[in-house]
Amino acid sequence: MSIIITLIPLFPMLGALINGLFGNVLNRRVVGRIACGSVALSFIFSIVAFVRLLGLPHELRSFTINLYSWFSGVGDFNVPVGFLLDPLSCVMVMVVSGVGFLIHVYSVGYMKEDPGYPRYFAYLNLFMFSMLILVLANNFLLMFVGWEAVGLCSYLLIGFWYEKKKASDAGKKAFIVNRIGDFGFILGIFLIFVTFGTLNFDEVFRKSGEILHSGGIIPTLITLLLFVGATGKSAQIPLYTWLPDAMEGPTPVSALIHAATMVTAGVYMVARTHVLFLLAPISMNVVVIIGLATAIYAASIGLVQNDIKRVLAYSTISQLGYMFLAVGLGAFSNGIFHLMTHAFFKALLFLGAGSVIHSLGGEQDMRKMGGLKKHMPVTYRTFLIAALAISGIIPFAGFFSKDAILMSAWEKGNPIIWTIAVLAAFMTAFYIFRVIFLTFLGPSRVEHDTLHHLHESPRIMTMPLVILALLSTIGGFVGISVIKGGNIFGTFLEGVFGVHAEEAVHASLSFELLMMLFCMAISAAGIGLAYLMYVKRPDLPGKAASMFRAVYRIIFNKYYVDEIYDALFVKPVWSGSTFLWKGVDVKVIDGAVNGVGNGAMGIGQALRALQSGYTRRYAIYMVLGTIIILGWILWSR
Amino acid sequence: MIPLSYYLIVSGVLFIIGVIGVLVRREAIIIFLSIELMLSAVNLSLVAFSRFSGSLDGQALALLVMAVAAGEAAVGLAIMISLFRNKGTLDIDEINLLKG
Repeated sequence: MSIIITLIPLFPMLGALINGLFGNVLNRRVVGRIACGSVALSFIFSIVAFVRLLGLPHELRSFTINLYSWFSGVGDFNVPVGFLLDPLSCVMVMVVSGVGFLIHVYSVGYMKEDPGYPRYFAYLNLFMFSMLILVLANNFLLMFVGWEAVGLCSYLLIGFWYEKKKASDAGKKAFIVNRIGDFGFILGIFLIFVTFGTLNFDEVFRKSGEILHSGGIIPTLITLLLFVGATGKSAQIPLYTWLPDAMEGPTPVSALIHAATMVTAGVYMVARTHVLFLLAPISMNVVVIIGLATAIYAASIGLVQNDIKRVLAYSTISQLGYMFLAVGLGAFSNGIFHLMTHAFFKALLFLGAGSVIHSLGGEQDMRKMGGLKKHMPVTYRTFLIAALAISGIIPFAGFFSKDAILMSAWEKGNPIIWTIAVLAAFMTAFYIFRVIFLTFLGPSRVEHDTLHHLHESPRIMTMPLVILALLSTIGGFVGISVIKGGNIFGTFLEGVFGVHAEEAVHASLSFELLMMLFCMAISAAGIGLAYLMYVKRPDLPGKAASMFRAVYRIIFNKYYVDEIYDALFVKPVWSGSTFLWKGVDVKVIDGAVNGVGNGAMGIGQALRALQSGYTRRYAIYMVLGTIIILGWILWSR
Repeated sequence: MIPLSYYLIVSGVLFIIGVIGVLVRREAIIIFLSIELMLSAVNLSLVAFSRFSGSLDGQALALLVMAVAAGEAAVGLAIMISLFRNKGTLDIDEINLLKG
């Protein structure tokens, strides 16, 4: 078993090394095969590990392997490089490597013409390696290593087309904003080490019951700091601003890193440390509030964006908010369930958008799309499935996971939380079908010269779409919480999260069914409104925008948050740095250095007058000097 | 017997005349002569001290000064001849190439 676990992250690392070092001399086909093959092997081995886990009784489904000791003998600071495979990390590994594999395959087609092809796959494989380290780590420090490494890969891939100023700026923004969150995370790690004297998950969680008392200040502080890290990586309020800009990267990257895997790391981290979070009710409430606020806030921005990828970006932020809502309510397995289904349908949405963008030669503005249904039938159908899934229409995957979250919002939260979550679901259905209607249906607004090379994407790109569409359709059936025993997913995670996973079953069946119908009706209403506004009466959106001019302007400009951050943080840092540069560095430091030189020169300048070249003057100096010395000697006696 | 102070006053006067000669005259030869005068003044005081202290050190030193002065005269005159050949003058205010 330990060999299997070790091999899972090893393959992408080898792929990254080979493609990174020799990618430029290798044939492109070979590069693509190495990249996809290494991830495929990881996926196969994670399936093997999963099957092995299933064959074991519940309480034995946890493997810890220590590869080697990383820090040892530095006082009591011992950190191994070790992996932990339990149902939670197993689910994550399968999602990451499975979706990752499909996106790798898709990238082979999408990036075909790009001159940076080997570099792209080296980064992508490096990302897979880092992400697998993150989810497999058995201690906080190794997790942090993976955490930072995925951040690095995210930066490299957002700025992949670094000749574009916007792309390199977006990369920097993502990196810097993430650094703020990471600062909180690492402070949390320090506090954990100070409190527990160890960083291993199992030891920390075992000791937490004895050392900490529930609701105390230490567990609250630890979990809040960890959550700061999660808000950075998972793009929650207030650190979400980097994710929409991250759309400057290649679209498969947006699908893999900024939708399906990396951004869910924060949710995974909260779920992984749920033992600590359960000891800190205040932190749990903070998680709920932030998650809920982000869900509704990002969804509202998504309503009016015109860039297809930006709509999806805000949708991702909103859905991540949903996941945090679930984990904050203590429904950890529901959060992870939504994480999984979201990985399927959001990756599919992004890849579909990528297929559209590819076909239109790089156009991302939905106002210049429309009527693409007949040109791209496969993309349209798969996109539609993903849209139905995210809207929560039965029987697609999103229905089950979203319903589970709404159920826990009803049971563990209060009606206000539930109402806001349902409102966000309504908005989700609206904006995603707005995308569909603007892109695939209606009259064509495609520019004339791109119109004639509209084409369906090659098979290598549509195959992953079809597979993801299949997963988005059937992926939800593992977690039907209405029927007793139907929540296979929750039962599988029970070993990690304990019994609270199945609490959703307590409500009466008829009530749950009613609830489901209601949520579906809400989503259907959202779809209907989108249909009315963008197909039936295309003049309505303009009218609505002019009627609520101020509101529209604020939302369209993303509540001016970027501008506010710019004024509050970026500008002061900028002017502070400019002051340090032009004031302190140039004037004080350079001034001191140059001043010493100028002083020496000035003294020399003054003294050169003494050396006049007149011999008699020198004689006078000597005489005067002698007189002074003699006088001084006589005087001082 | 003439007291020591008389010798010293004569020596001092001679020395000051030499110094003034060096400071005010421009001809190299005269300056040279003034330097010789200063050396002689010093010699006088050395010999006088020797006479009054009973030690011969002063007289030995006076002899040394004379020997050095002879060597100095030889080298100095040679420099002056060479200077005159090159510049056609011995006015030391004209000889001012080395300056800041």
